[in-house]
Amino acid sequence: MPEITANDDPDDRALDDADPGREDRDPAPDDPPEDGSDGTDDGGIQLDMISAERMEGMRTMEKIRLILDGVHDGNIVILEEGLEPDEESKLIEVTMSEINPDGFTGIEIETYPGEQSGGGGLLGRLMGGNDANKLTVIGPANRIETLHKDETLISTLVTRT
Amino acid sequence: MGLLTTLKSSVSRATSSLFAGEETKRIGIYGPPNAGKTTLANRIARDWTGDAVGPESHVPHETRRARRKENVEIKRNGKSVTIDVVDTPGVTTKVDYTEFLEHDIEKEDAVRRSREATEGVAEAMHWLREDVDGVIYVLDAAEDPFTQVNTMLVGIVESQDLPVLIFANKIDLEEANVQRVANAFPQHETVPLSALEGENMDEVYDKIAEYFG
Repeated sequence: MPEITANDDPDDRALDDADPGREDRDPAPDDPPEDGSDGTDDGGIQLDMISAERMEGMRTMEKIRLILDGVHDGNIVILEEGLEPDEESKLIEVTMSEINPDGFTGIEIETYPGEQSGGGGLLGRLMGGNDANKLTVIGPANRIETLHKDETLISTLVTRT
Repeated sequence: MGLLTTLKSSVSRATSSLFAGEETKRIGIYGPPNAGKTTLANRIARDWTGDAVGPESHVPHETRRARRKENVEIKRNGKSVTIDVVDTPGVTTKVDYTEFLEHDIEKEDAVRRSREATEGVAEAMHWLREDVDGVIYVLDAAEDPFTQVNTMLVGIVESQDLPVLIFANKIDLEEANVQRVANAFPQHETVPLSALEGENMDEVYDKIAEYFG
């Protein structure tokens, strides 16, 4: 499966020599800027597209940390494959523990609905269904708003606030 | 000796099996904020025990701790089912204290409520993973059921292999659309009701006895 992760390849930074301003615009998801900014230098919005391959060997908390660290930096995190239900449960729990009245207000998360509505549960899993394998968009609650969502389209408004 | 042990073990298993259906089941009432979970919990508790579970309010996150009403005995068709009703805080992925300010709550109180609400949601998730035997998922039938929180929560319940009933609450409202709720979760039975007005509670109790008895 081709990796769609944006900016997570250290080798990619070799391009910085050709474009000195590039490093500031495209920091790796694991390396938040040290200046405390929101990961952008001009009020732009950073998207972290995380491939299934990158998430594959991770433990639940590693995945949650990867997601929430990105969201805390003001980034929009896009997972090629979503989380398992138990991981979603933990994500909600950890998110709640990190909400701060003076800053972080939580996350907005969207995954395509559809098959899981009819194919979930024990029977669905026994029949080979896998609800989790759906592209998932996660962002800071105060910056992302879902405008429309159906089985084939997620339309979101992302603000720079 | 071996024969005696085997015989005792068989009798023990048979006895356990005979009374397994009479164990008290802990039923969690889940759903998004303001779906009417506490109103339902109070309705059930009042109908069968005479006591309430907790205060109801239009302000979101009024329930910020899981509250339990134990040994609620529901009698249907000559049989009785005993459940512990667990009223849980509304589940969400975000809590912003400024939303409380819109309900004429002072900032200090709003901040405290938001902090308690986040703890309550985390507690609700913990109960769901470890401490409930069945789930009543309550939705406001006048609101869009196709939200990510609903999809995620029902998915989490399914992953635990817990029995679940979907309750389409607030059918007393003109905008209520029970079919829309049923369409959102066709794999589960949807029961329409108004916990506030006490509409269709007979079917509610029939289904609770059928699913959790």
